[in-house]
Amino acid sequence: MIPRYQTVIFVILLAASIVMGAVLWHLLDRAHQRLLAGEDSAPTRAPEVAPVEQATLMAADDSDDSLETRVLSLPLPAEPGARARAVLGRLLDLYAAPGAAHPVPGGAQGIVDVFLLPAKNGTDAEPGAGGGSPSPSGQSLAVVNLTAAFANGHPSGIETETLTILSICATLHANLPQVAEVRFLVDGLPRATLAGHADLTRTYLTSESTGTAGGDQP
Amino acid sequence: MRWSERMLLPVPQIGAARDRFSPCEAVKGRTALFARRFAWKPFTALAAIFLPLVSIAALAQAPSTPAPRFVVVLDAAHGGDDAGAKLAGPDGSTELEKDFTLQFSVRLRSLLTARGIGVVTTRESDVTLDADRRAEIANHANAQACLVLHAAMSGSGVHLFLSSLPPAQRAVLVPWKTAQAAWVARSVALAGMLNSALNHAGVKVTIGRTALTTIDSMTCPAVAVEVAPQQAAGSFSGQSGGIGDSAYQAQVAEAIAAGLLEWRSASDRPAEIPAEGQYP
Repeated sequence: MIPRYQTVIFVILLAASIVMGAVLWHLLDRAHQRLLAGEDSAPTRAPEVAPVEQATLMAADDSDDSLETRVLSLPLPAEPGARARAVLGRLLDLYAAPGAAHPVPGGAQGIVDVFLLPAKNGTDAEPGAGGGSPSPSGQSLAVVNLTAAFANGHPSGIETETLTILSICATLHANLPQVAEVRFLVDGLPRATLAGHADLTRTYLTSESTGTAGGDQP
Repeated sequence: MRWSERMLLPVPQIGAARDRFSPCEAVKGRTALFARRFAWKPFTALAAIFLPLVSIAALAQAPSTPAPRFVVVLDAAHGGDDAGAKLAGPDGSTELEKDFTLQFSVRLRSLLTARGIGVVTTRESDVTLDADRRAEIANHANAQACLVLHAAMSGSGVHLFLSSLPPAQRAVLVPWKTAQAAWVARSVALAGMLNSALNHAGVKVTIGRTALTTIDSMTCPAVAVEVAPQQAAGSFSGQSGGIGDSAYQAQVAEAIAAGLLEWRSASDRPAEIPAEGQYP
């Protein structure tokens, strides 16, 4: 003989289970509808691939302290900052390759960002305005933000550090002629030297880096 | 002047700071001696008048202070907490740049001192010195040449680096961070002499410009000397021509000492080297 109160509890629990199942079915249906609605807003076109263009890399050579011009075909974005980063990434990839004339580990991952700002000597440039575009005078300051891993892993020495800096400056100027000045940051912060020698606190003029860093003497 | 004559000169005070006779005292003494010896002759009066004038004119031409000593500053880069580059040591071990530069500084100091050149070193032990302190020591020495010694495994031979600051005219007040700008012309001349001496010794040399904080604040002809292995990169220290090869180090040090000797000789002929503040 089943007690009355147990029958009542069983009926109540059965009704609650049926109600909860209906609610869950309804919620599942709503979530499915929401998911289907979200797919409509997804991009239907694949991202555009940057057109391949000629890029000039000023690659350093430790054997004679020179900068060698190399012209490569690279997909280059139109935006100047992204373009500068792509070119410098390729340059650092050259240095990270086995048997490089200027061996530096790290590769393209060594560069976080490249920002283009109006140069200080621009005629009517507003500081901080128009980031990513050159000043009306045509002069730009490029801020190259390196990773700490790249700086810490860079070989130490006056020659090798100077060549790295000069090659970056010369490559920027070769591909973005409006870049007249270059400053360096490491993980977004100023740093005294690249790897113990070359000064990273100063502003480098790209006009100083054209040609060769040094030269063999007879 | 004989000793007996010198005894007639005025005796300097005991405890005087300088033991030299002043020109005026010398003239007075010489005149008195002349008057005593030739008192009976008729031209004594004229001689007593004109001889001091002639002597004063002659002594005025002589330098009143001794010629400045030729001093070279040797800055052994890095030290203490700053180890510098890691160099390939003997048997595959690692040698630190700070130890190499200190050892090379001591070797070069010995060579220069033996040749009569005054040497001021920025450090004699493994201590930490920042770039400003090194430049302070060099600037206080009033040196005729400042060499900043480095070492690296990249490249080959000896790398000579000058400041990349644009040349500027010398001013009374010089910005600390660009003090070298007025000395760039002389630094170029010094690098040229070191280059000639190293080439003469058969050492490969490359010359370039760089932004080095220590050099940029120096008010003297300054060159950074970076010693690299004689052969291509990768040669180990103990191997012939490696950066730790004693014979190679001695060859480089001898050549630098010879270049500084030539620089001292050129300093005696001011027409051969540009003055500070002069554009190259």
